[in-house]
Amino acid sequence: MIKQLLKSVRQYKRASILTSLTVTLEVIMEVIIPLLMADLIDYGIDAGNMSYIWQMGIVLVIFAMISLAFGALSGKYAADASAGFARNLRHDMFYNVQKFSFANIDKISTASIITRLTTDVTNVQYAYQMILRMAVRSPVMLVFCLIMSFGINAKLSWIFLACIPILAVGLYFVMSKTHPIFKRVFKTYDKLNMVVQENLRGIRVVKSFVREDYENKKFGEISNSIYQDFSKAEKNLAFAMPLMQFCMYASLLLLSWFGARLIVGSELTTGQLVSLITYAMLILMSLMMLSMVFVMITISRASAERIVGILAEESDLQNCASPEFTVNDGSIRFENVNFSYAKDRNKLCLKSVNLDIKSGETVAILGGTGSSKTSLVQLIPRLYDVTEGNVFVGGVNVKNYDIETLRSEVAMVLQRNVLFSGTIKENLRWGNKNASDEELVRVCQLAQADDFIQGFPDKYDTYIEQGGSNVSGGQKQRLCIARALLKKPKILILDDSTSAVDTKTDALIRRALREEIPGTTKLIIAQRISSVEDADKIIVMESGEINAVGTHRELMCTNEIYQEAYHSQVKGGKINA
Amino acid sequence: MHKGAPMKMPRKKVSFSTIKRLMSYITHYKLQFSLVLVAIILSTAAGVAGSLFLKILIDDYIEPLLLDANPLFSGLFTAIVIMGGIYMVGILATLFYNRVMVVIAQGVLKKIRDEMFAHMQMLPIKYFDTHSHGDIMSHYTNDTDTLRQMISQSIPQMFSAVITIVAVFFAMLYMSVWLTLFVLIFIFFQLQVTKSIVGKSGKYFVKQQAALGKVNGYIEEMINGQKVVKVFCRERQAEEDFDRLNDALCEHATAANKFANILMPIMANLGNLQYVLLAIVGGALAISGLPNISLAGSGTLTLGMIASFLNLSKNFSQPISQVSNQFNMVVMALAGAERIFKLMDKESETDNGYVTLVNAKYEEGVLTETKKNTDLWAWKHPHRDGTVTYTELKGEVRFYNVDFGYAEDKTVLNNITLYAEPSQKLAFVGATGAGKTTITNLINRFYDIADGKIRYDGIDIKKIKKDDLRHSLGVVLQDVNLFTGTVMENIRYGKLDATDNEVYEAARLANADDFIRRLPDGYNMVLQGNGGSLSQGQRQLISIARAAVADPPVMILDEATSSIDTRTETIVQKGMDSLMQGRTVFIIAHRLSSVQNSDAIIVLEQGRIIERGNHEKLIAEKGKYYQLYTGAFELE
Repeated sequence: MIKQLLKSVRQYKRASILTSLTVTLEVIMEVIIPLLMADLIDYGIDAGNMSYIWQMGIVLVIFAMISLAFGALSGKYAADASAGFARNLRHDMFYNVQKFSFANIDKISTASIITRLTTDVTNVQYAYQMILRMAVRSPVMLVFCLIMSFGINAKLSWIFLACIPILAVGLYFVMSKTHPIFKRVFKTYDKLNMVVQENLRGIRVVKSFVREDYENKKFGEISNSIYQDFSKAEKNLAFAMPLMQFCMYASLLLLSWFGARLIVGSELTTGQLVSLITYAMLILMSLMMLSMVFVMITISRASAERIVGILAEESDLQNCASPEFTVNDGSIRFENVNFSYAKDRNKLCLKSVNLDIKSGETVAILGGTGSSKTSLVQLIPRLYDVTEGNVFVGGVNVKNYDIETLRSEVAMVLQRNVLFSGTIKENLRWGNKNASDEELVRVCQLAQADDFIQGFPDKYDTYIEQGGSNVSGGQKQRLCIARALLKKPKILILDDSTSAVDTKTDALIRRALREEIPGTTKLIIAQRISSVEDADKIIVMESGEINAVGTHRELMCTNEIYQEAYHSQVKGGKINA
Repeated sequence: MHKGAPMKMPRKKVSFSTIKRLMSYITHYKLQFSLVLVAIILSTAAGVAGSLFLKILIDDYIEPLLLDANPLFSGLFTAIVIMGGIYMVGILATLFYNRVMVVIAQGVLKKIRDEMFAHMQMLPIKYFDTHSHGDIMSHYTNDTDTLRQMISQSIPQMFSAVITIVAVFFAMLYMSVWLTLFVLIFIFFQLQVTKSIVGKSGKYFVKQQAALGKVNGYIEEMINGQKVVKVFCRERQAEEDFDRLNDALCEHATAANKFANILMPIMANLGNLQYVLLAIVGGALAISGLPNISLAGSGTLTLGMIASFLNLSKNFSQPISQVSNQFNMVVMALAGAERIFKLMDKESETDNGYVTLVNAKYEEGVLTETKKNTDLWAWKHPHRDGTVTYTELKGEVRFYNVDFGYAEDKTVLNNITLYAEPSQKLAFVGATGAGKTTITNLINRFYDIADGKIRYDGIDIKKIKKDDLRHSLGVVLQDVNLFTGTVMENIRYGKLDATDNEVYEAARLANADDFIRRLPDGYNMVLQGNGGSLSQGQRQLISIARAAVADPPVMILDEATSSIDTRTETIVQKGMDSLMQGRTVFIIAHRLSSVQNSDAIIVLEQGRIIERGNHEKLIAEKGKYYQLYTGAFELE
């Protein structure tokens, strides 16, 4: 996992290494300075030697400056490295997501991809910076302080060497007790967020059923369990600080006691004792820091895992070795196609589908919810790969096309469609970057969108809010159709794309498509009989299988499902009309 | 526990009232909090005593012992034991306040969270329609998180730092006024440096936040539309745009963190510089034997004093930089608290209703209230003169000249007058934005009308208690919202005390029983993520069953079938038909086929009623409805 993450360091490797290097040098300076300070006291102040004080003072200032320089440099490099690392991570993740197939996106889920790209990256960025600085700093500090203090007086150094394992074991004990609770707390936090989110989304339901108290109770229970767990975890954690103090104070007192005896026995100077005490504090501090880093790492580990989840996910749709770059015509053929989202033969969504559509035909697909209409058409632009069998477009297996070529010739208007923040023009030009304004107007006329666009004060320059929230559902659908038309595709698939459009406009759109782009194969998934009855061919789907194919007239005579749908919708209307 | 969340930069000013209000939550734990303060004082005092101990050790014990030919260590031993006792008290005090503070912090947070959620429930629908859910969510996540850090960490640390500063200051004065003065001057200089660096860093943090917002916004939009990106092969374009934003973020983040990172070594080494200068000044003073003035009186500086003073001076500058570090955190947390309080101060739904819904029975032809659970309900209407009248709940709804607009200057409904007799079915037809949903929003008082009157069973709905009004109305919406939980729990949402049999009955009525029984765990199947594992139609059926179990006399069906295919619709329609039996129903539908059998169809255009009547009448009139109706078949 770490290997995968570190791949994203790349050009910031230098800054990362320099951070560790400068931190090390800074620490060395920090360790030497107390030693010089001891000398200053012993040979300067103690001896009343003013010139020595000056001499040593200047040396000390120089060392402090060097330490400052290294410290500043390490700060700079750490910022460079961590911000850069985060940049690369985001970049790598975003690029990999662009390669994802629909199946990949479904697997990880859109919401999760977003959190991973935002919150998780930020977490890892701060952890990385912390690790670069602290995780190097503390051990280096520990080692150098030990060397220095043993240099001063080995006997006394054993005192705080004995304190280290006590502190280490104590901290380990605290952490290992706390960590599982924290893990649980974060899960409960997810639950809390979920309740709030569901509540926000379903506030109309809550209020309609007057369930405010019920929701409060639900929230209160989770809130309370967070309270309980968090208190428990932090109460455990509260032992760390006193433990640290205990070790610190104990070594201080022991040093004082034995130090005093040694000084009296002329084995130690006062200055040396002061330095030893300083080193003892530095060592214990660095251990404390190390334990903080440890906590930090365990917290960010979950984030790191989630990021690697994206980086390591391989798209299950790849271009074949020598792809085709032209699509001959808009004919479509399905050959014994089986399809399952889970790639599991026992959970097939489409079962032995055989289909032959000629170029330029208008084909309607009708069927109940869950009858796999959408699954069927998604195989044509190769949004998913078939589990078994073959799909041919223009006589060539879709797997042998260059994916981009295939998708620009097969335009699909998705059921759950999205407009992006930007002007109408910008949104439409997704279909064709270089389209002229005249072309934009033409496709909008076809999609019956020109009228309402002209009604906006800014016309084609009207700004669409994120998600298209400032246009109505029907308007959105028409803009999406226009956007797809701009691709001038050989095959156009409308997946229930006019459900929010009134019947009259719906009819106008279909007429425009029939008259203006006769060469394009048109596949229309619809729920209204009126939207499908003039098609060249109507496919009736039932639980993943093709139940019948035929024209309106044929199906009216032979197909039960079709008749049923027809009668349920047309009922009285037929008699009156 | 620092979660490394992105820092939000403090706003300029934090109002004093926010602090006061926050304190009122903390002082709820008056006893514990005062004990914590005492413990902090003890713990800090032990720390300060420790730094003084070095002086005593050197001056009072080591130096005399050095001169003594036969040194006796018993005095030193006693001193160390005493010191050990002081330290022990300090350690225990630290443990105590850390543990108690956790309870206070978590308790305060829980209270704030619960109050915030409870208040949120009370807010009018308008609040939810006009605020982004992400923003509201952040009150529960970011804002409470910074608040937690502040209460459990920053407050004790700052308090302890302030005490240390004061204690050390006097300790320093106790030793030497001159050297203290010198330290003060140096600290002043140090603070200036800190201020300028923090200011610079702050500037870049603001930029970083803005850039981060842009990147996150872009990610959200693109990933949400990822399937569209793929269909249009826009991957490369998306990557290019993303890189641009990402690079800008990297640049600002580097700058911001650089300044923040540099602060620590600068502070540390300024401390070192101060140490050296102090040694030189102190040394010069000691050697030249200049008179020293201190709180203890005047005399000369001793070696032990300087060593000790040097140690003290470090203890003085450390808490100062600690406070300046914590200060940002506190300001951030207070800004978060302010946002939370703002939500809590939002005016809740006004409800001046006094007419309530009660169980009733007929006694000798007179309607009276009863505690018993009857199937008969009545409006209890207390009058100003003290009398109480009871009106049977029937479900008659009348609008009289109603005007309404979501914003004051833009009316959405104009002069709407309509009536629905009990058990009548009323349908609304019209284009998007004609005001169909708005009418239903007014009946259950999600929004209040600007002008006119709405009467329910003859009572002005403004007089009816909102909860009771809503209890008497059932709603099925186009966007189905299910909650995480079992199917059973979801249906029971309509009537919390419904027995299992009542739930089955409601599901049967809604035509949902069949498919629920075929689910892997039947009624006990756990639904997650708004019932994502179910089809649109199945979810709608559950929501209909949910309304059915509540068994209200009036139902509002808002586009309940528009996103379902026609085959499923037939099934759902059957469920709805049985649900509509014997109830007053307001129905909004896209498909005219589902409204044909209404008692009255109301055609709306731009907030006005342009046609009304039953199907036959409207067809005969050959108006808008006729056009709409025939439009569906014009291709024949």
